[in-house]
Amino acid sequence: MKLLTLQRQMARAVMTPLTPSERMRSSGASGRSQRAVAARIIKPNDRLSSFERLEIYNRQYWFRLLSAFAEDFPGLRAVLGGKQFDAVAKAYLTDCPSRSFTLRNLGSQLGGWLRKHSKWAGTRQKLAVDMVRLEWAEIEAFDGKAEPRLNPEDLAGANPAKLRLWLQPYFQLLDLRYPVDDLLLEVRKNDGDAEVASNAFSERRKRNRAHAVARMKPSQIFLGVHRLDDSVYFRRLDRDEFAILSALRGGKPLSAAIETGLRESSLAPEERAEQAERWFRTWAALGWFCRRTARRGDRPA
Amino acid sequence: MPANRFNSFTDYGIGIGLRATHYDHILTRKPVVDWFEIISENFMIDGGRPLHILDQILEQYKVVQHGVSMYFGSAEKPNREHLRRLKTLVQRTKTPWLSDHLCWGSVDGRYTHDLLPMPYTFEAARITAQKIREVRDFVEVPVVVENVSSYAEFHVSEMTEWEFLNEVVERADCGILLDVNNIYVSSQNHSFDPFTYVNSIPAERVAQIHIAGHSKYRKYILDTHDHPVIDPVWKLYARAIERVGHTATLLEWDDSIPSFEEVHDEALKAKRFLASASLATAV
Repeated sequence: MKLLTLQRQMARAVMTPLTPSERMRSSGASGRSQRAVAARIIKPNDRLSSFERLEIYNRQYWFRLLSAFAEDFPGLRAVLGGKQFDAVAKAYLTDCPSRSFTLRNLGSQLGGWLRKHSKWAGTRQKLAVDMVRLEWAEIEAFDGKAEPRLNPEDLAGANPAKLRLWLQPYFQLLDLRYPVDDLLLEVRKNDGDAEVASNAFSERRKRNRAHAVARMKPSQIFLGVHRLDDSVYFRRLDRDEFAILSALRGGKPLSAAIETGLRESSLAPEERAEQAERWFRTWAALGWFCRRTARRGDRPA
Repeated sequence: MPANRFNSFTDYGIGIGLRATHYDHILTRKPVVDWFEIISENFMIDGGRPLHILDQILEQYKVVQHGVSMYFGSAEKPNREHLRRLKTLVQRTKTPWLSDHLCWGSVDGRYTHDLLPMPYTFEAARITAQKIREVRDFVEVPVVVENVSSYAEFHVSEMTEWEFLNEVVERADCGILLDVNNIYVSSQNHSFDPFTYVNSIPAERVAQIHIAGHSKYRKYILDTHDHPVIDPVWKLYARAIERVGHTATLLEWDDSIPSFEEVHDEALKAKRFLASASLATAV
């Protein structure tokens, strides 16, 4: 048997979902017998059958991926509950196996996948999608590229009609239907407390989390997910702020970005210039603007 | 003095794996450690805290890169994005050598994130050696390959694991990262004498040695890196050192990680074996 053929057969078996009791299935997705596949490629020994030896790898694969996935999406777990989260994780990883050399990218398709497969989150689909978008944005903001900050002297003499301001590649802009930032922070706090918690505390934590999710009502928010001193923060933005920043990320020159951003503003016309100046001062202080030109990954939000 | 042309870095002594749970201890207490091994993939990113931590470590310590997903034995070509990021990191760390595993783990662009065992065939040896050469030519540092723990053997195998290792490293003209714990684990799972393995590897190619703990189950042993090193593994290590001389040694501890001191103390137990190797060289 050729190397590629063997690797395809074994990988297909290893990536087949486990049974509910976390054992290897007797047949794969296409109905092929896993026992026959194992017997064809793997030798038995005096303690383990071919099937049992292959099963070690099948279980390791799922345990490793599910553990990494759970680590990345504690907010989604809180939204869906443990049992449904596990089901979603298995379905997603079956549909979207890792195509990256790093587990960091395991959840990169999850937002889109959840949108397409509404049955998995049921009535909480929009909330679940928002939470995934936030958790993925946090991953991107944590280790995304930082370019040198823009200094005031970099702008000296620039024409606002032509000037383009670039946002840091790690900076993420989100418009969300639910205030999932509050929920995620609460989940994190509870998880942190739980490290030194008793069983009774753990039960209370689960109830608190369930109540927090149940309380969650739609309420549109705009967020800047950014990094300061290597820590990731969620900063709530006004609708106008979000619109201006989105226009800048979309490549509009400064004047046009402000004009677009404030087109539907509720601010009185005479307040706009002063307010916009305050925003720009804050954004600059937070290091959101950078000097270099856009590159891959620095796309409109 | 180097014991062989692949381990010119005998002064590296005993290292430990750099793990996030120990960052604060290392950066605040600055313990004396010969070197740290990093998992390359954890730092093949664009920015943020991991790289800032790494830069602080690099200011004070020697660092060697160890990869977990190059998959030299996968039948497909190396991933270009992976290679590009790996080379960027190599330039940052100035690692004197680069290690990864003699295994496969991806096929048709899909990754298992596991170290899957090789079929010990001449075809696999040829493909693997070619890939090692391609990676070495791209990253421009010496590459060394590590034997993995395994739980399965293939019908198609045409040789033993150690014969396969020898075949690959000869074809690729590369070094070996000899993991004596992996040899022990596989010897128990496949019923062979681990000393036969250690005695069969080309000593002149061993650039580095790994030691670690594992977990014993009823019917097999799993390479979990979550325990101290057991005596039979120390005996294998002693034999390896006897054969290859003073060689950079690293303790892996990746799960249920205890305090920094406990990990380091466990690693330093290797000192007595290295000392006797140095003595033998001097005599």
